[in-house]
Amino acid sequence: MKINWNKILIYSFACLVLLFLILPTFIVIPISFSPSRFLEFPPPGFSLQWYKNFFSSDSWVNSFFFSLKVGFVTMISATILGTLASITLARSNSKWNSMLYYIMVTPMIVPLIIIAVAIYSLFIRTNLQGSFIGLVIAHTIIAIPYVITTVVGSLRGFDIRIEQAAISLGAHPFIAFMRVTVPIISPALISGALFAFIASFDELIVSIFVSGVFAKTLPVKMWEGIRLEIDPTIAAIASILITISVALFAAIELLKFISNRKGLS
Amino acid sequence: MKPDLVHGVTADQKKARIPIQGVNLLAIPALIFVLFFFIYPLIKVLFNSVLDPSFTLKHYVRFFSEPAYLQVLWITIKTGLLVTFICLVLGYPVAYMLASVPDRVRNLLLIFVLLPFWTSFLVRTYAWIVILQKEGILNKTLLALGIIEEPMKMVHNTFGVIIGLVHVLLPFMILPLYSVMKNIDMDLVKSAQSLGATPYKSFTKVFLPLSFPGIAAGSILVFIISIGYYVTPALLGGRKDTMISQLIAQQIGEQLNWGFGSAIALVLLVVVLGLLYLFNRYFGLEKISFGP
Repeated sequence: MKINWNKILIYSFACLVLLFLILPTFIVIPISFSPSRFLEFPPPGFSLQWYKNFFSSDSWVNSFFFSLKVGFVTMISATILGTLASITLARSNSKWNSMLYYIMVTPMIVPLIIIAVAIYSLFIRTNLQGSFIGLVIAHTIIAIPYVITTVVGSLRGFDIRIEQAAISLGAHPFIAFMRVTVPIISPALISGALFAFIASFDELIVSIFVSGVFAKTLPVKMWEGIRLEIDPTIAAIASILITISVALFAAIELLKFISNRKGLS
Repeated sequence: MKPDLVHGVTADQKKARIPIQGVNLLAIPALIFVLFFFIYPLIKVLFNSVLDPSFTLKHYVRFFSEPAYLQVLWITIKTGLLVTFICLVLGYPVAYMLASVPDRVRNLLLIFVLLPFWTSFLVRTYAWIVILQKEGILNKTLLALGIIEEPMKMVHNTFGVIIGLVHVLLPFMILPLYSVMKNIDMDLVKSAQSLGATPYKSFTKVFLPLSFPGIAAGSILVFIISIGYYVTPALLGGRKDTMISQLIAQQIGEQLNWGFGSAIALVLLVVVLGLLYLFNRYFGLEKISFGP
């Protein structure tokens, strides 16, 4: 066979780009185990002091749990609101459908700074500024598009006749939906929910505006930390966040695999 | 025919479904939520920019007449174009590789593109500070290799902003390109070659034109996101690299200058919506989806 040098050249270049995409992030993991106060690479030894620093600091741990809490409540509200809207988007014949879709997904496309300014302007006139519920509302706006884009596709791929069969056999439409449709589209529902969680958990810009002085999400605390000094404690937190993201990513890939095998996507 | 997310479904599916009564009502909670907490305040921002306290265009005039602000606008556009161009150059071969390798290899390679999506961009930006700083890995490696004599300044300047933005936005270029390329019929390229075209010619005359929709979609997407980006320029850039979103944050967050800040936000919004309109017209908004 003739060796195709062009192809080898293109592929090698592409592989370098892929390494550029994936490697830089993971550099913070070895650094988080470094005993040095400076961000040296390779680290001069091994130490858990920066993790200890993180877990023994009340303000860091509190913001971590605060973020988890906001993320969890956001996940639930965005999944419920987004799934209900997805049913309409997937099944209604209304001419307003594309309008509805645009309104619901704009928060994914409009620059976050504009969303931040808009929500901030509303919140300072109400009592929502700096409150837990305010953050959840802001994050839900941002998370809904992720739920919708995930769930609508799956609902469209779902053969509605299965659900109609259940209804024609006497099931209430709600029961038919919960017991027939939901289990079948569950991979998409779960990944939509995980998308919503990570969208909230990683969200920074809106949180900078909406957070209160005392209740700050983890990204906001990190943002302030990075601006002041590049303390290796942040490398430890970054490593924890990377681990969480990789775990959620693996979960999504698994769900994709399952739903492919079910012949859904 | 694939069902189109925005413009309805295929005829087959239409026939197969009996509308369930009240299905339109299910969107109401989400709609009210988004209208009240997002669209309504957005409209308020629009009014803020022209009411001070009665109708005025002075904020817009100010933005478009003071050199300092025009400078910010220019830097934003320049950065956006540069980032888009670099992403295209880096992303095109990757998309090509993804589209032309066997399924199993592709799924493995896609992980390299999708995983960064899942890693917090704040973490990724932080990683770049660690890599690019004076005592960082890159400087140390270059010194050790004897390529440079003394550490270079690679962060808190334009170089830092560009590299950080390219890293964050590259997947947004690769994915639309890949989705267009995988549908290109490679037999066309082969038949061009069998008719005597050189590999170079069959690429420029056949494959490249067929991949144009992907180039356009990826470029518009990357440009839109980069001109609205906040975190990366703020952390990796210097004083001279202030971009439009930082200006908005300064005016509203620090100076409480609502009228002027809103006006700048509106300028950015109009540019983004204009580009999105074009994007939707030619490619469909549903291309922007990261779900399974």
